Amino acid sequence: MITTTHYLILAAVVFAIGAFGVLTRRNLLVMLMSVELMLNAANLTFVAFAKDLGDMGGHIFPIFIMTVAACEVAVGLAIIITIFRLGDTSDVLDLTFMKDIKSG
Amino acid sequence: MDNVIWIIPLLPLAGFLINGLGGRRLPDRLVSFVGVSLPIASFVLSVWAFLQLLKLGEEGEITCTLYSWIFSGNFEVSLAFLLDPLSCVMALVVSGVGSAIHLYSVGYMHGDKSYARYFSFLNLFLFSMLVLVLAEDLVLLFLGWEGVGLCSYLLIGFWFDDMEKAKAGKKAFIVNRIGDFGFFIGMALIVITIGTLNVPGMKEILENNPGVITTGMATAVTLFLFVGATGKSAQIPLYVWLPDAMAGPTPVSALIHAATMVTAGVYMIARLNFLYVLAPTTMIIVALIGSFTALYAATIGIAQNDIKKVLAYSTISQLGYMFTAVGVGAFSAGIFHLMTHAFFKALLFLGAGSVIHAMSGEQDIRKMGGLREKMPVTFWTFLIATLAISGIPPLAGFFSKDEILWKAFSTHLGSIGILFWALGLVAAVVTAFYMFRLFFMAFTGESRASADVKKHIHESPFSMSSVLLLLGLLSAIGGFIGVPELLGGHNTFERFLEPVLPHLGSRFSEHDAHFWEIVLLVFSLVAAATGIFLAYVMYVRRADIPKKFAKNYKAVYGLVYDKYRIDELYEIVFIKPFFALGWIFSGVIDNWIVDGIVRLLTAMTAGLGRLFNASQDGDVRVYGRVLLGGLLLILIIVVFGRV
Repeated sequence: MITTTHYLILAAVVFAIGAFGVLTRRNLLVMLMSVELMLNAANLTFVAFAKDLGDMGGHIFPIFIMTVAACEVAVGLAIIITIFRLGDTSDVLDLTFMKDIKSG
Repeated sequence: MDNVIWIIPLLPLAGFLINGLGGRRLPDRLVSFVGVSLPIASFVLSVWAFLQLLKLGEEGEITCTLYSWIFSGNFEVSLAFLLDPLSCVMALVVSGVGSAIHLYSVGYMHGDKSYARYFSFLNLFLFSMLVLVLAEDLVLLFLGWEGVGLCSYLLIGFWFDDMEKAKAGKKAFIVNRIGDFGFFIGMALIVITIGTLNVPGMKEILENNPGVITTGMATAVTLFLFVGATGKSAQIPLYVWLPDAMAGPTPVSALIHAATMVTAGVYMIARLNFLYVLAPTTMIIVALIGSFTALYAATIGIAQNDIKKVLAYSTISQLGYMFTAVGVGAFSAGIFHLMTHAFFKALLFLGAGSVIHAMSGEQDIRKMGGLREKMPVTFWTFLIATLAISGIPPLAGFFSKDEILWKAFSTHLGSIGILFWALGLVAAVVTAFYMFRLFFMAFTGESRASADVKKHIHESPFSMSSVLLLLGLLSAIGGFIGVPELLGGHNTFERFLEPVLPHLGSRFSEHDAHFWEIVLLVFSLVAAATGIFLAYVMYVRRADIPKKFAKNYKAVYGLVYDKYRIDELYEIVFIKPFFALGWIFSGVIDNWIVDGIVRLLTAMTAGLGRLFNASQDGDVRVYGRVLLGGLLLILIIVVFGRV
């Protein structure tokens, strides 16, 4: 029997994978995908609780989140492509030029 | 009628503005015309005002209020002028002698590159001085008082490219500032106690309600005002600036540092005589300082070799006489001497200027001698002035000085008067001595100048010598307006001033007074004759005596020659500690404490910034880690914190 607890564990694992990806990977594209994972882990939690509590509000939220995530991906990809064109790289370690405008 | 007095000081102010603003663009002729004619116009107006005053009779005075300057509750300061016998005498002396010296300056300053600046300053001085003497209000008097101080500073340092001269000006200004501080405190005390600074108003309040001021308070007030007078009029202990003030052009020394400005202190005390008589202690102190200064400065005059320095110490000494006079309550005698002194001392300075002019700038009397033939006008007028200052009858100085000595002797203050008289008498001997020493060394004997200088010796131009003649005349006959009754006169001068300057009586009965007056007269004559005789013996007959004296009594001579080393003493006692204090404040307190706090604050801010700057290294993943760490921390607190 798959209980709410199982869903929550799955969501936690997915979230951990996403967080791990964001923190360890250097490629912007992969990082963006990891962020998507984390978002979807949250969606899973929402839906699980909605089913458990019988509250339709919990079903609405994932739809909103997915919409926002789609927009975010569109904008994020656009930024990544622009950065790539600018510096011929998508490695975050190379993208520290904002800090180099320094005062001392 | 009452609209005229304020024009008297205004005319020189106009001259100052014209020459000061347009100066360099105007031709020299026009500058001299403006610079000289306006003071003369001012003098003519003063004479006219004097005649009006005579018409008004005994208690006559003319006041002229322009407008209310300061208003505060019951306290009011108005821009008002007062012409009474006292201020009238002063205005006549100031504008009269002033005009003569302006005229003399045309010849003396001819060709100077700052000709217009000179005349504008001199006119500004005359303006300030006339404001000072005509002011009805102490605040306005103080304005003039500061104005003359400023002009004195500007004119001492007139040739300011010479550092020494600029320094002399600064010294005069700073020393005067000390005195002015006292004056200011005195004025503040008057406001607190009497409530007004209007001189006739003060007098009225004191007459109607003598209880407003206690004797102790009156003593404090008058002493503080006297501190101001010692600064301005170069008395012990603030006299040190006057000898240095000789760095200015010679006509300036004659006008400001001999005839007019330095007498402002005497005038101030005479003006406030009703206040001073309330404080007998102050009177004694004033007379004591005056008579002591008279003798003290005279002794320094013996050993000076710079012709102007001798005259400077002589001025300090003569001012001492005036303070003796006002100190013993003989206010009119003090003003009388002020006037005669203005004549003969201005003449002496202008004569000295004429000599310096002829000697191509040489001021050392050891390098002069034998000027008699080459400069007859200067010689004769200088002789008159020297006789006058020595107190030889019937020249001006005799009457005024004798009057002072007699009044000091017979003062109502008691037998302490004998001390003042004795100091004054000895000073008279010394005065005659050093003046004739100067006279003999400069004008008689063989010339000791170098051949180059000798060639150029000439009598001064007419614009200068005519002034010498005019002042010579005044020095000769100026004393006749104050001939005492003993000598068959009517003492017109004293009577004229009587409405303002009261008699304080003497400690002798009338019969005794006559006897003593004659005795003292003989003493005075003997004193003058002794001084002259000594000078004659030492500097004409036996010229080797002074050298021997200097050799045998080296310590004494050196001490007097170095002016008792008072400058050095002040340097150690006041200036050095002041600099040390300044160093403590600038070097330690300002640098370490004040700046230290500021520097600490900036250092703290910068340090904090550097600390957090390191965390922001541009790696997004680090931010992410911090973010996640923070989130976990919050979670832990939320979940376990409550337990």
